[in-house]
Amino acid sequence: MQGTSTSVAGSASSGAAKAAALSLPEAARPARAGSALAAQRSRRAWLMLAPVGVVLLLVAGWPLARTIWFSFTDAQLGGLADAQFVGLENYLGEYGLLRDEQWWGSVANTLRFALLSVSIETVLGLGVALLLNHPSRGRTLLRAAVLVPWAIPTVVSAKMWSWMLHDQFGVVNHYLMALGLLSAPVAWTANPDLALFTVVLVDVWKTTPFMALLILAALQMVPADCYEAARVDGVPAFTVFRKVTLPLILPGVAVAMIFRLLDALRVFDLIYVMTSNSRTTKSMSVFVREQLIDFQQVGYGSAAATLVFFTIALLTLLYMGLLRPALQKVEA
Amino acid sequence: MSKKRMSLSRLGYLAASALLVGFSVFPFLYAVSSSLKGRTGLFSPEFLPAHPTLENYVGVFSEQPFAHNLLNSVVVAGGVVLLSLGLSLMAAWALGRVDFRGRGALLLTVLSASMFPQVAVLSGMFELVRWAGLYDHLGALLIADLLLTLPFTVWVLVTFMKQLPRELEEAATMDGVGVFTLVFRIFLPLLWPAVAATGLLAFIAAWNEFLFALTFTLSTEQRTVPVAISMISGPSGYELPWGSIMAASVVVTLPLVGLVLYFQRLIVSGLTAGAVKG
Repeated sequence: MQGTSTSVAGSASSGAAKAAALSLPEAARPARAGSALAAQRSRRAWLMLAPVGVVLLLVAGWPLARTIWFSFTDAQLGGLADAQFVGLENYLGEYGLLRDEQWWGSVANTLRFALLSVSIETVLGLGVALLLNHPSRGRTLLRAAVLVPWAIPTVVSAKMWSWMLHDQFGVVNHYLMALGLLSAPVAWTANPDLALFTVVLVDVWKTTPFMALLILAALQMVPADCYEAARVDGVPAFTVFRKVTLPLILPGVAVAMIFRLLDALRVFDLIYVMTSNSRTTKSMSVFVREQLIDFQQVGYGSAAATLVFFTIALLTLLYMGLLRPALQKVEA
Repeated sequence: MSKKRMSLSRLGYLAASALLVGFSVFPFLYAVSSSLKGRTGLFSPEFLPAHPTLENYVGVFSEQPFAHNLLNSVVVAGGVVLLSLGLSLMAAWALGRVDFRGRGALLLTVLSASMFPQVAVLSGMFELVRWAGLYDHLGALLIADLLLTLPFTVWVLVTFMKQLPRELEEAATMDGVGVFTLVFRIFLPLLWPAVAATGLLAFIAAWNEFLFALTFTLSTEQRTVPVAISMISGPSGYELPWGSIMAASVVVTLPLVGLVLYFQRLIVSGLTAGAVKG
């Protein structure tokens, strides 16, 4: 297995090398067999794309269009077919979303959650990536250990931490009290001042590895001769990090941050399982599902879902702007 | 640099590594240990169970339809992976190896679809699922989960497909090979490590999916494992049976951790290709 698994990284470079070795200069190639062949190829390409296109329209395009449509109606879960058009009532009306304190509460919770967790994950992820990048015999073991939290399903990590953070029997309270850091057990998820902070910590535990791997990928692309030159000149390690490493990996880190931010803004499982419907942690996604399913207010819930969609779409555009250089490389 | 400072930085490295390993692995080990504790041992926080017992594991399978839930998850995640890989291999050939107008726009569409918030399609999908008669049926998840996996698998496979030598395809076309044979008989064997990595990541995504599974299934027998675990409750309803919850958690996580550790390198290359690709 070891042999084949290395070959993924290997196949990329060896494949490219083979292609370079085999490819003749452009002029020496036999002339392309005319545009008829090219047209046939592009027809085939569209044919091969059709199934994915149909599926994506079915699972993304159509349901999204329906959600947006429902947001302009008074649809109820029990009778979706009886929905009446109500215009912008769900957004701007007297009981509209924009005047709903609960909605704004969930927006604030989500933003707080996303910004806090992504900034902590970036700092920790950078540290972990530097550690993983350090040449050492134990590096494989280290990387394996780091992958464990990432591999655990979110619902499971939510449950595991709920148990560890249990106010009476939890091991976290027990150790903190044994160390004298706490004088009485703390209700981590039930205390409104701590609940959001607690879910952020669990999210950090689970997703820092992912951040670290993305940053590690950026670190490994820093050309070795940069470090060589710095070493020859006797520049101290921290200065090398600040002046050479950091600027070079910054684009990679920024892409990873936005990628994680988009993910964190959608947060559902962790908050739903750990703090169910506490007002202090309810995220936008939890709010939407509550309206749609628990309260059966499909029109209202869809309006909230539509706002979530456009927020994330806007950020996605930003992400793609940042990705464009990499994208052009893929297209070349 | 003096020898003393060298050893100091080495010590720092070791300490940081140990801390990292402990922090990463401890919660899972603690879950394993809790799952082995009996009813009384559970409420004392020592790390090693004094009287290890398998009663929680027996309980999960006898008091809950957990074996059924596991089977559901295997069927859904496995089906979603096969569908995604088959469809996206075809699409990846078109997007990765053919120059046609609109290719860049399509790549961007696929990429943006992978950022899709699940709640944005929840009400529309609910309608679709009910219309198709798939409510409270695994088929609903088989379809809905494609939203999570398909854009990702297409995107990653395009990256890998591009790296195959062009001569291979030219030779095959010379021999009059059709496009399906080309993709599935010639490219697939060459791409298999990439396909395995992509498939494994898609499998994990589908295995862990919670929102759709929670919303589109109703009966206990149709639940997948994340939903089943989130809903395990005790006979009284006041005290949660933590031992059973931990046992169920270990059962669903152990195979994943095993797979991830075994396919470590593949996963790392697949993950980074999916997110940053450079």
